[in-house]
Amino acid sequence: MHTLTLYALIILFLPLASFVLQIFFGRLIGPRGVWLSVGAVAITLVLALTMLFSVVLGSPMEHYPELVWFSLGDFSLTLGFQLDNIAVVMLVIVALISGLVHLYSVEYMRGDVRYTRFFGYLGIFTFSMNGIVLAHSLLMMYVFWELVGLSSYLLIGHWFEKDTAADASKKAFLANRVGDIGMFIGIMLLWSVTGSFTFQGLYELVDVEGGNLFAGQMGLLSVAGVLVFMGAVGKSAQFPLHVWLPDAMEGPTPVSALIHAATMVAAGVYLTVRLFPILTPDALLFVGSVGALTAVLGALIAISQTDIKRVLAYSTISQLGYMIMAVGMGAQQAAFFHLGTHAMFKGLLFLCSGAVIHALHHALEHTGDHETDPQDMRNMGGLRKRMPITYATMLIGALAISGVPLFSGFLSKDAILAGTLAFAQHHHQWWAILFPVAGFGAAAITAFYMFRLIFMTFHGKPAKAKVNRRVHEPSLVMTGPLMVLAALSFALFFTLPGINPLHAEGWFTKIIPQAENLTGYPELGVEHLEHGFHQAHSQAVRLSVGVAGSGILLAIAFFLLGWLDPKAWAQKLQRIGLYQLSRSKFYFDEIYDALLYRPFLWLTAKIAWLDWDLWDQRFIDGWGRGTVKASDVSGWVDYHWLDQYVVDGLGRVVAWMGAVGRKVQTGRVQNYVLWALVGGILIVIVAANF
Amino acid sequence: MDASILTILVFLPVLGAAAMLFVPRGRDELFRWIAAGFTGVQLLFACWVLWAFDRGSSQFQFEVMTAWIPSFNVNYHMGIDGLSLPMVFLTALLSFISVVASWKITKAPRGYFALFLLLDAGMMGVFVSLDFFLFYMFWEVMLLPMYFLIGIWGGPQRQYAAIKFFLYTLFGSVLMLLAMLALYFYSEPHTFNLITLISQAHKIDVMLWGIEMKWLIWFALFIGFAIKVPIFPFHTWLPLAHVEAPTAVSVILAGVLLKMGTYGLLRISYPLLPDQTIVFAIALAVLGVINIIWGAANAIAQVDLKRMVAYSSVSHMGIVLLGMAAVVSVRQGGTMAGAQLGMNGAVLQMFNHGIITAALFLLVGVIYDRAHHRYIVYPSDYKDKALRGKLGFGGLAVGLPIFSGFVALVFFAGLGLPALSGFISEAMCFLGGFSTFRTLTIIGTFGILLNAVYFLRAYQRMFMGSPNDKWSGLSDMSPREIGMLAPLVIIIILLGVYPSPALNVISLTMNNLIELVNAASSLAGM
Repeated sequence: MHTLTLYALIILFLPLASFVLQIFFGRLIGPRGVWLSVGAVAITLVLALTMLFSVVLGSPMEHYPELVWFSLGDFSLTLGFQLDNIAVVMLVIVALISGLVHLYSVEYMRGDVRYTRFFGYLGIFTFSMNGIVLAHSLLMMYVFWELVGLSSYLLIGHWFEKDTAADASKKAFLANRVGDIGMFIGIMLLWSVTGSFTFQGLYELVDVEGGNLFAGQMGLLSVAGVLVFMGAVGKSAQFPLHVWLPDAMEGPTPVSALIHAATMVAAGVYLTVRLFPILTPDALLFVGSVGALTAVLGALIAISQTDIKRVLAYSTISQLGYMIMAVGMGAQQAAFFHLGTHAMFKGLLFLCSGAVIHALHHALEHTGDHETDPQDMRNMGGLRKRMPITYATMLIGALAISGVPLFSGFLSKDAILAGTLAFAQHHHQWWAILFPVAGFGAAAITAFYMFRLIFMTFHGKPAKAKVNRRVHEPSLVMTGPLMVLAALSFALFFTLPGINPLHAEGWFTKIIPQAENLTGYPELGVEHLEHGFHQAHSQAVRLSVGVAGSGILLAIAFFLLGWLDPKAWAQKLQRIGLYQLSRSKFYFDEIYDALLYRPFLWLTAKIAWLDWDLWDQRFIDGWGRGTVKASDVSGWVDYHWLDQYVVDGLGRVVAWMGAVGRKVQTGRVQNYVLWALVGGILIVIVAANF
Repeated sequence: MDASILTILVFLPVLGAAAMLFVPRGRDELFRWIAAGFTGVQLLFACWVLWAFDRGSSQFQFEVMTAWIPSFNVNYHMGIDGLSLPMVFLTALLSFISVVASWKITKAPRGYFALFLLLDAGMMGVFVSLDFFLFYMFWEVMLLPMYFLIGIWGGPQRQYAAIKFFLYTLFGSVLMLLAMLALYFYSEPHTFNLITLISQAHKIDVMLWGIEMKWLIWFALFIGFAIKVPIFPFHTWLPLAHVEAPTAVSVILAGVLLKMGTYGLLRISYPLLPDQTIVFAIALAVLGVINIIWGAANAIAQVDLKRMVAYSSVSHMGIVLLGMAAVVSVRQGGTMAGAQLGMNGAVLQMFNHGIITAALFLLVGVIYDRAHHRYIVYPSDYKDKALRGKLGFGGLAVGLPIFSGFVALVFFAGLGLPALSGFISEAMCFLGGFSTFRTLTIIGTFGILLNAVYFLRAYQRMFMGSPNDKWSGLSDMSPREIGMLAPLVIIIILLGVYPSPALNVISLTMNNLIELVNAASSLAGM
C-alpha cells in the first residue's frame, strides 16, 4: 500500500476507532479515557501536517487510490480518495480545530452525565468530516455527507432531555435532508448523462476539450449543478435552508465551534469548490445569488440578537454566504482561503463565547441563581477584567472577522470583495453591482455587530455585580486552544514568506491555484478571472478597510461611548418595522411553520383519514358489509321464497291434490262402477277416433 | 445432500410440529425449545446453502424434481437461484429469531409453536418451488397458520384482523389460481413447470372477452401478488394485521410475507410474460412512487408506533417496485447499468427491508412488553394537554440506554442512513429508476425526506425530552432480547458497509432476468 493511502486511512479511521471506544467502553474506562480520543485526533493532525509540509515544500499531492465496492456486470461502484492539495489543506483544518475542540471539551464538558459519549460523538463527526474531505466521488461524499448529518444530530441533541435541544437536532437533520434530496437528484442526473460519480471522471467527461457529454444540453448541466449545490445550501445553512443553524446552538458550545462554525458547515463550501470546474455560468450565478442573499440576511439578523451564541451563529451564516458568493463570482480560490481563515477565527470566537458562558454559568450556580440565562449578553458586561485572556483572544477574533488589516480575515475577505468587484466590472447588467454592494454592506454590518458583541460582553458595567465577582478565567486546557487559534488569526501565518498569499507567487496560490472551469465559457477562463481580481484588488482593499472601520466606529459610538442610544435607535427603526424584522429573524421560522410544516402535517392527517377511514373502513370493509347484506338477501330468498314458497309450495300442491283425490275414494260400489263405466266409454271413444 | 437440502429446509419445521404432538401435558416449556431447535437447525442448513451456493452460476441449484401427480403433470420440483437464496436465508433467520421473540408466549404454546413451524414450512416452500402447483400449494398452506396466529394470539381486534387478512389474501389467491390454470391449459404440453413455462407462456395466443389472454393472466397474477406486497390501493389489510398480530408474527408478516409479492412478480410474471412486463413497467413505477409517498405520508400521521412501522413498510416496498420497473431501462433511453442497478437493488432492498423491519417490530415488542402500550403520543393526552405525560413516553433514552441505542440505529437504518444497509439498496433502486423514469423517480426521492420525518418525530417524542417518571422503573433489554436483535443489527451494518457479498449472490440471476425479459419479448424491435 502506498504510504499516502495509509496516512489517509489512518486519518479517516482513527477517529472512528475513538467513537467505537467511547461508545462501547467509555463507561468502563472512565472519564480519563477521553484523553485517548484527544490523542487519536492529535495523531491525525500530525499526519495531516506532514502531508501539508510536503505539499508546501513543493511536491503537489495527486494521489487517487480506489477500490471496487461492488460490481454488477455492466456497473461497478468504487470507493476511493481524492487526495489532492485542497483535501490536504482541509484535512489540516479539520484535524486542527477538532483537536483543539477535543482538548477544550475535556474541561468544558467535565461532570457531564454523558461525558465519554460526547467524545465518542466528536469522534464519529471527525471521521465523517474527513470522509467528505477525502471522498473521490459525489456518491461517496453523499455517504459521508449524511453521516455528518447524523453526528450533527447526535451532538445537537446531546442534552436531549431539553425539548429545545431535541427539536433543534431534528430540525437540523430534516433541513439538511431537504438539501440532500436535491443533491441526490443532481448526482443521479450527472450520473445518468456521464455514467460517472467520481470528480475526476466528471471533470473529464464534462470538459469541453475532451468531448463534453453535456454538449448541446448545457441547460441540463446547469440544472444538475444547481441541484448538487442544494446539498451545500442545506449543510452550509444558506438561504432558504439556514433556519436550522441558529437552533443548533442548543448543542454544547465546543460542538458549535467545531461543527456549526469551522468544519461541517464549511463542507458545503468545500463541495461547491470541488464542483466549481463543472458549474456553468448560469449555475454559478445562482450560487452567487444565494450566497450574496445569505451573507446580507445573516448579518442583518445578527445585529439585534442578544444571545451571544446566536449572534455568532448568524455571523457564521453570513460568512458562509460570503464563501458561497465567492465561488459564484468565480473566486473559488478566495472562497477556499476564506474557509480556512474563517475556521480559525470563528472557531476561536465560539470557544471564547463558550469560556464566557462556562464561567458565567458556574458563577450563577455559586450565587444560587438559576433564572438568569448565561448566554444572554444583557446579563454580561464588564467581563474584561475578570477574563483577560478570553477578552484578548476574542478581540483578536473580532478584529479578524471584521477584516481589519494585519488579521487573517482581512486577506481572505478582501480577496472575495475583489472577486465581487471584478464580477460587477465585467457584467454590464445593472444587477451585477448588487454583488459588491452585498459584499461590502455585509462587511460593514459584520464589523458593527461583532464589536457590539465585544462591548456588550466585556465592557461597560456588569449587569450583575454579585455574579461578576465570581467569574474567573478557565484553566489552561480551555484557554490554550483560544491562544492557539488567536495566534492563527493573525495574517502573519498566512502571508509568510511574502505579503499577499493569493498573489501569483504567494504560497497559497502555489498549492491551491485558481481552478479551471471546464464548461468552456470564456468569462470563466482562469487568466480572465485572475486579471479581473488583480485589477479590482487595490480598490477592494481601500473600500473594505473603510467599511470595516466605519462599522467598528459605529459600534463604538453606540455601545462603548454611549454617544448614540441603541434603544432610541431601535425604536426609530421600529417605526418602519425594521428592528422587529431583524429581531425576529425575518420570521422565517414562523413562515415555515405556518406555510409548510403545519399544512404538511394537516395533509398527512387527511391522507391517513382517506386511507383508513374512507378507503379501508368504508370502501374495503364496505365490500365485506355488502357481501353480508347480499348473503342476508340470498338467505331470505333461499328460505322464504325458494324453500318455504316454491319447494314447500310444491308439497302443498301435492297435498291439495291428494286431498282432492281422496274424495274419489268413497267406498261405495255404485260410485266405482259408475267411474269404471265412464272410463270404458272414454276408452272406446278415444280408440274409435284414432 | 445437494439434492435433498431443499426438502430438508422445507419439511424440517413440519417434523418439529409433528414432534410437538408427543409432548406430554404440563411440559409447556418444551414447545419453545423444540421450535427453537428445529428452526435453529433449519437456519444452520440455510447457512450451509448460502455457503455452498455457486455464485458463478446463473442456473438453478440444489434442484430436485420427481413426479408428484403424473396424470396432471405436477412435479415435486424445487431449486434456488440468486433471487430465492436471499429469501430462503431471510426466512430461516427470521423464523428462528421470531421463535426466540415468542419465548414468553404462555397462551396455548403447543398450538402457537406448531402453527408457527407450519407457517415457516409454507414460506420456505414458496421460495424454493419451481412448479407452479407446488408454489400455489405452499402459498395457501401459509395462510391458515397465519389466520390462527393472528386470530388467537393477537391484540384486541385480532379476529377482525385475522378474517380481513385471510379474505383479502384469499381473494388474490383465487385470481392466482385462475391464472395458474390458464397457464396450464394454454401451454402445450400442459405443464406447471415454471422453467418450461418461460418458453411456453408467451406463445399463448388466445382472446377472451376481446382481451388478450396473456394480459388477463398478467393482471390476475399481478393482483394476487400486489395484495401481498402490498401495492396501493390493496394495502390496508397490512396496518391492521401488523398491529393486531403478536410481535413475532408481525416480524414474519413484514419481514417475509410481503416479499412474496415482489418475489412472485420476479419469479413468475417477469420471465413468463415479458411483453406484458415491459408494457406494464411504467405502471409499476407509478405504483411504486405512490407507495413510497402514500405510505410515508400515512406513517407520519400515525400515533401508534406499530402502525407507523407498518406504513413504513408500504413506503419501503414502493422502492422495491421502482427498482423493478427499471428492467426496461434500455428501452426508456437508459442504460443496461441502470437496469442492473434497479433490479439488483430491488432484490437487495427486499432482503434489507426484511431485516430492518423485523428489527423494528422486535423493538416495538420490547417496549410493548414493558409498558403495555406503544403510543408515540398517548391518545388520552393527545388533545388534553393537562394529561400529557401521564402515560405517554418521553425521555426513554435516559433510563434505557441500550434499548434507545438499538432503536436509534434501526430507525436510522429505516430512514436510509448511509453505512447502514437500507441506504445502498434504496440508492440503487433510485438510480435504476432515474435512468428509466426520470420524473417519477424525482417525485419518489421525496420519500427520503418523508421517511426521515416520521422516524425522527417518533424518536424525539418517545426517547428525547424530559423523562416521564411513570416509566422510570422500566428495565433495559434482557440478554435474550439483545441476542435476538444483535444478528439483525450486525447484518444491517455489514451490508451497509460492504454490500458485495449479498450482491454477488443476486447479480447473475437478476442480470439474466433482465436479458430474458428484454430478449424474449416480441416487442424487441420497439
